[in-house]
Amino acid sequence: MTGLALRPSVKQGLAVRLDDGPWRWSARLLAISVLVPLAVILGSWLYFDPQVWSHLGDTVLPRLLLNTSWLIAGVGIGALLLGVPLAWLTVMCEFPGRRILDWALMLPFALPAYVLAFVFVGVLDFAGPVQSGLRALFGLPAAWSFEVRNTFGVIAVMTLVLYPYVYMLARVSFIGQGQSAYEAARSLGLGPWGAFFRVSLPMARPGIVAGLSLALMEALADFGAVSVFNFDTFTTAIYKSWFGFFDLHSAAQLASILLTIVLIAMLVERHYRNRARFTESGRNGAQRRIHLSGRLGLAASLFGWGVFILAFAAPVVKLVSWALAVASDLDSRYLDLFLHTLILGAMAGVLTVAAAFVLAYANRYHGDYSTALSVRVGTLGYALPGSVLAVGVMLSLTWFDNRIADGVEWLTGRDIGLVISGTVIALLMAYFARFLAVAYGPVESSLERIRPSMRDAARSLGAAQWETVWRVYLPMLRPGLLTAGLLVLVDVMKEMPATLLLRPFGWDTLAVRIFELTSEGEWERAALPAIGLVVVGLVPVVLLVRKSGR
Amino acid sequence: MLRLALSVTVVAVLLSPLVVHADEVVVYSARNEHLIKPLFDRYTQETGVQIRYITDKEGPLLQRLAAEGKRTPADMLITVDAGNLWHAAQSGVLAEISSPVLEANVPANLRDPKGRWFGLSERARTIVYSTERVQPGELSSYEGLADPKWHGRLCLRTSKKVYNQSLVASLIARHGEEGAEQIVRGWVANLAAEPFSNDTKAMEAVVAGQCDVTIVNTYYFGRLEKERPGIPLALFWPNQDSSGVHINVSGAGVTAHAKHPEAARQLLEWLSSATAQGDFAGLNMEYPVNKTVAPDPIVSAWGTFKADDLNVNEAGRLQADAIRLMDRAGYR
Repeated sequence: MTGLALRPSVKQGLAVRLDDGPWRWSARLLAISVLVPLAVILGSWLYFDPQVWSHLGDTVLPRLLLNTSWLIAGVGIGALLLGVPLAWLTVMCEFPGRRILDWALMLPFALPAYVLAFVFVGVLDFAGPVQSGLRALFGLPAAWSFEVRNTFGVIAVMTLVLYPYVYMLARVSFIGQGQSAYEAARSLGLGPWGAFFRVSLPMARPGIVAGLSLALMEALADFGAVSVFNFDTFTTAIYKSWFGFFDLHSAAQLASILLTIVLIAMLVERHYRNRARFTESGRNGAQRRIHLSGRLGLAASLFGWGVFILAFAAPVVKLVSWALAVASDLDSRYLDLFLHTLILGAMAGVLTVAAAFVLAYANRYHGDYSTALSVRVGTLGYALPGSVLAVGVMLSLTWFDNRIADGVEWLTGRDIGLVISGTVIALLMAYFARFLAVAYGPVESSLERIRPSMRDAARSLGAAQWETVWRVYLPMLRPGLLTAGLLVLVDVMKEMPATLLLRPFGWDTLAVRIFELTSEGEWERAALPAIGLVVVGLVPVVLLVRKSGR
Repeated sequence: MLRLALSVTVVAVLLSPLVVHADEVVVYSARNEHLIKPLFDRYTQETGVQIRYITDKEGPLLQRLAAEGKRTPADMLITVDAGNLWHAAQSGVLAEISSPVLEANVPANLRDPKGRWFGLSERARTIVYSTERVQPGELSSYEGLADPKWHGRLCLRTSKKVYNQSLVASLIARHGEEGAEQIVRGWVANLAAEPFSNDTKAMEAVVAGQCDVTIVNTYYFGRLEKERPGIPLALFWPNQDSSGVHINVSGAGVTAHAKHPEAARQLLEWLSSATAQGDFAGLNMEYPVNKTVAPDPIVSAWGTFKADDLNVNEAGRLQADAIRLMDRAGYR
């Protein structure tokens, strides 16, 4: 059956092509800018001090590892169970509300995880309106309660925030796949479920895995949401070492263990995937959606709206009610905040997606072993807790900056000070290092679906290298590139630690504003900038849907 | 034309921070913008000195200061909590300064003995109880909350917050490690719910009846009281027959490689002066360190109390021990 979708791998070229050089070198150069901060973090092993380690190992580490495993397993299953079916339904089927849900289901992505966590706990905890209301309504004793600040609660919140990664990337895969494969499978005698599980799903695997790994990396690296629940994960140990014991080296060592685990997981997945190919026979013609009517349509509709309400509509309503109470906070400064947020997001989005394309293209068509490896390691930045990566970027940049200044001082006798640190360039480099993985996932999984012969055909018809890229690849990759851009843009807008540490004076963003308010516990006031993030996040989502829609 | 304008803008944006001002102070602050900006604006108005600042958490700011080394643009570091101030001093990013003005304005137990940092506002971490279910007579001290009579009646914020780490560090300073661990184990045994992520949540749990008593910084109480007047909560000043109420500080120091050390010292002196202290503490309902200044009226209404006179430096020094102790005791 796999013959339809998966064909054994064929070595692509017989001889090294002349145009390999530039692609390979630019890929390596791009990867290096991510590798350096990671190397700084790995370099922490030069300062090994067993004290913090033995303390953590004796006391909290076993529980942290157990908690982290639960979190990863739970969020992984949850994100797949929401993301994949929803993507399938909105791309392949027709049911009431599909047109709105198609884009609305991306919106939860604009809410930072810690904001949703705070709303969730605030509403559902013992002192929140739900439990208080139930006690008052039924005259229950004060001791009556149910606990939401537990493993299940964290998993639920993280799933609701992170499923959009799976949803969006699976969506791109299904759009690329079109109906033809599914219909061929049906005509060859498979039932609807058989066709879905044995053809459509395996063909969408690169996209789904890319989305899932982004979701899991974010869950692993999350600190904000888990701390609202006081749920200790491996990241908690990292922050405890740094902010509690002031031992950045131990923190970086712990972080690098996290990296290693992620790297191994990715290599294992890659190993199994390499035996399969996922190419398309070409862009599909007219699409015929599967019409779900009656009960099936109703069920699909309820499922979609249910997720949308839980993950987005309900929390946003709560946020709006908080924001209205502090509406007087809204002053002219917010114009700057919006502007900075958008400018930084857009710059980082364009830069990162362009780089991701170069990396993915180079790796697919001009790759050798070292290109593949640097791509793999270069996309690991996302698995690190944001603060740790931000410090890695800051340390390497400042070191570099200091050496430039040393050099100039030695030559001219004048100290020019730090030139790069404290500029937008520093910030963009940090975003790049952190979010390259986010852009790479959708770009690469889209690229994998285009058959290599497409390129050879274009070349043999006389198209130049750039023409092939410009006129053949970019149009075919459009949904993937746009999705990548949207993911990076929104992720950058939500990003906090690097923005805080590296922003130039006065370059405050909405996320910075949220930090200012939440760090002294004024969560309700932070609803205003959080709503701002949702509003700004809407723009690219709408844009994406209009450009990639069918 | 559009393209030219665009590229000029991009270049200007990329290089904007490189413009250097002569009469200015550059501040790295772990204290929130809305608690410092009004003061900075006033200072600029009064003196003409420009203040540029970035805010972040202490950890990353300290790393940045250290990494920038002698070329750092920062003249002053403002941060909260004794542990952070102590660590900043230890890591050598702060300069020792001697200033008769600062020494007169800031009490000795609220500043670094070597003059590397000076406390600018005091925050009291005290007990809050439900006026519906607790008689003030039942309360006595932090240590007393370990008594089994509070079983299932105590709520606490997480041990990961530095305020609790400082509090436990002060217990270590008074009772030694073993004594302090007994107390913390007693607290943990009395908990009615998992520790909360912030002080306000812990107080809301008391209001809702999940527990009867908790430990918070007074300004969180003040903020909640302001939002919901008549809330059935009250402050209790513990340890009045013994060590006194646990005190923490926010404070600042001049950096070791300041480009404008004089201007920074003057700003620091101004912040500790009678003119600025009312606002500096009042904006967050904290206590001024300068004893010639009365606290905000709301804060004054809570009454006076005996404060712990342990040098806050001690709490900083013992912070790591306190975290280890809380981990052993199972206080999350």
